[in-house]
Amino acid sequence: MPEIESHDFDVVVIGAGGAGLRAAIEAKGRGLRTALVCKSLLGKAHTVMAEGGAAAALGNVYPEDNWQVHFRDTMRGGKLLNNWRMAELHAKEAPDRINELESWGALFDRTPDGRILQRDFGGHRYARLAHVGDRTGLEMIRTLQQRAVAMDIDVFMECKILRLLTDGSGQMSGAVGYWRATGEPVSFTARAIVLATGGIGRSWKYTTNSWESTGDGDAMAFWAGADLIDMEAVQFHPTGMVWPMSVRGLLVTEGVRGDGGVLRNSEGKRFMFDYIPEMFAAETADTEAEADRWYDDHANNRRPPELLPRDEVARSINAEVKAGRGSPHGGVFLDIATRRSAEYIHRRLPSMYHQFKELAGVDITTEAMEVGPTCHYMMGGVRVEADTAATTVAGLFAAGEVAAGLHGANRLGGNSLSDLIVFGRRAGMGASDYAEGRSGDPSVDPAEIDTVLAEAFAPLGREGADSPYDVQHDLQETMQSLVGIIRTESELVEAIDKIGELRERAGRVSVKGGRAYNPGWNLATDLPSMLTVSLAVAKGALDRRESRGGHTRDDYPKPDPALGKINLVQRLVDGEHTITPEELPTMPAELAVLLEEGH
Amino acid sequence: MSEVTMRIWRGDPTGGDFENYTLPANEGEVVLDMVHRIQAGPAPDLACRWNCKAGKCGSCSAEINGMPRLMCMTRMDELPADQPVTVAPMRTFPVIRDLVTDVSFNFEVAKRIPSFAPRPREADGTYRMAQMDVDRGQEFRKCIECFLCQDVCHVIRDHEENKAHYAGPRFLMRAMELESHPLDTRDRRELLRKELGLAMCNITKCCTEVCPEHIKITDNGIIPLKERVVDAAYDPIAWLGRKILRRSRPPVLETETAASPA
Repeated sequence: MPEIESHDFDVVVIGAGGAGLRAAIEAKGRGLRTALVCKSLLGKAHTVMAEGGAAAALGNVYPEDNWQVHFRDTMRGGKLLNNWRMAELHAKEAPDRINELESWGALFDRTPDGRILQRDFGGHRYARLAHVGDRTGLEMIRTLQQRAVAMDIDVFMECKILRLLTDGSGQMSGAVGYWRATGEPVSFTARAIVLATGGIGRSWKYTTNSWESTGDGDAMAFWAGADLIDMEAVQFHPTGMVWPMSVRGLLVTEGVRGDGGVLRNSEGKRFMFDYIPEMFAAETADTEAEADRWYDDHANNRRPPELLPRDEVARSINAEVKAGRGSPHGGVFLDIATRRSAEYIHRRLPSMYHQFKELAGVDITTEAMEVGPTCHYMMGGVRVEADTAATTVAGLFAAGEVAAGLHGANRLGGNSLSDLIVFGRRAGMGASDYAEGRSGDPSVDPAEIDTVLAEAFAPLGREGADSPYDVQHDLQETMQSLVGIIRTESELVEAIDKIGELRERAGRVSVKGGRAYNPGWNLATDLPSMLTVSLAVAKGALDRRESRGGHTRDDYPKPDPALGKINLVQRLVDGEHTITPEELPTMPAELAVLLEEGH
Repeated sequence: MSEVTMRIWRGDPTGGDFENYTLPANEGEVVLDMVHRIQAGPAPDLACRWNCKAGKCGSCSAEINGMPRLMCMTRMDELPADQPVTVAPMRTFPVIRDLVTDVSFNFEVAKRIPSFAPRPREADGTYRMAQMDVDRGQEFRKCIECFLCQDVCHVIRDHEENKAHYAGPRFLMRAMELESHPLDTRDRRELLRKELGLAMCNITKCCTEVCPEHIKITDNGIIPLKERVVDAAYDPIAWLGRKILRRSRPPVLETETAASPA
């Protein structure tokens, strides 16, 4: 193959959402030659869709809030499968990272005394989410983007990375991909690489995720020999739009419930009172009167059950619909219209108003919304070391949704935006340290690059066979119906078989047209990641024979205390996809005590 | 079931033309759904940008029946049913392929605007700002960078030569956002006057009309910015007064908080 465009950097960050931007800012701030590579235009990454806010124990609304309570809420929300050290760092550092955003120009909503306002969200004991109406993700990405521009970071937009490259010493050394506009190949050498590629939700039919969330980072790390953990832990957000079909799955922020909205079934009943699990019974209101008082007085009342962690609420909605008490289009009703004034709704939830008005013709200030569970977030992913965000491959780091550990088996709303900035920064620091201390200059193997590119370009020349859109469609149907919110052994086995067939079909897809800005071909190059990650999810789900957090097994409906102490680790060993249980890191006693009641 | 014909521009920098695709119409669909169905069927190589499909990322800008709009927020049932729906790329930017244009002009302008530079924190380590003082800036920060305002702005729409010395509505609004930021200390007035072409905007408000976020770009952004820059040129004391006499600590306001909903 002829000479291809190549670049050399100290740190290459793949993905330009909140975590990638924050990592690049850190590395660039250290004076390192830093590149930021992203599949879309800068500022369009999935972070932009985050609505409700970023969780940080600032204590601006409830002075009694602190990092210990945030740590406890995060661990309990994650059903204790979390990496305790990540949860500790996250709870301790989130307030500083939020304040830092403010010093970079972010304009959060304010308290009456002029500080950053905080809102209530599921699973958080106190109002803890710094926010801007219901467009907090946009504020975060724009602030970080503008900071990156001010620092003159090299940005490679609309550039798809296909594969990570290691050198003879086993260290991460570079990456190869192509420009979407031209289809021309491009390669990078790097002293360290940060993965910040986000989620995997595109493999499901009803999802809040955009076309970009194809699990590229999880798959590329896996192919490079890194460990993946908790791949069975996929979050279905309880409230996605269910109608019209064209927007089915689109996110409806948890902020609706945080701000007073309640869930009702077709009989008009607030059904969440029927689904309060034992683990949260002590801190959840059991009457509507107490739940309603809580919004004004957290100290003397317990939280409404609508604000249980997301896994609990999603399962409850699923059960109501299954029992025949759903809404006309197969969801349940989310009602804020009868609970709050139109003025309040307009101010607190402007995007939701806009979204329902324009896409569904529903006025949420006068009518209830129809909502149901939608694939939203990947708790599992690349295993990282908490303090440095280092993966198990030397020189490779990961932060944000692609990394696993912080959220355990279920993520609390608001903890992802704070995750991005806490661990984006730490990944930037870890990668910078590694790049500065690296032994030997990185080198990449041109023959390996040629092989990767030949494979990527192959669909363009093929005749007949499937379209990549058909394979994607069948994968989405498979994951939706067999690896969805409620899982069972026979269906998971069937899913694994089907994914195997789809991988064969993906290897034979043909694409019309040329390389230049060709979405069909771009999708063909995303399919290997989607299929690798989907297989890992199905395998993890099959092996975790219990129900925990986002992972629910019809055939094993209860948590198993023994399985609660292990991560399922997936890795490639001599080309074989293996899955092994490994003990969770042991939590120090002074943190363990925080999890008990009364703290 | 009824059918709908989509008339979509296909081509590249060397030229192109509209091509018709006829599909069944489904309830509740938006223009972007039609593009996706065409990709999954007859034209898998039909180029278009999109991400969130919810009007939040500003990727899928195009000209629909001649109007600059987001494809994901334009419902098919609001367009005339008896004629084909025309979808063309934004005209102000060079075509890459089909509906995708080279919007790098915007990212270059963004680099030319001096960044945010805050004043020091309060003694307690916080920044204090009243909600009423951040309302204006928040309106501009709703911008999703779809660049439809840039597309429709006649200063650059058919005048490529103006791009070198005109920032366009999106970035004049960005300048006003910084100008009205309670913490910012930087002076960008000369730059706006001399290099970013503030005077070239003659407030026809086309940008405001096409803004999918309903930001009052002209009334709240560009006109006040023009006033401030003129003030600066002719009445520097008035400008200085506005810049430094901001409340550093806001009074207690009677606003609702999360803990006390209506």
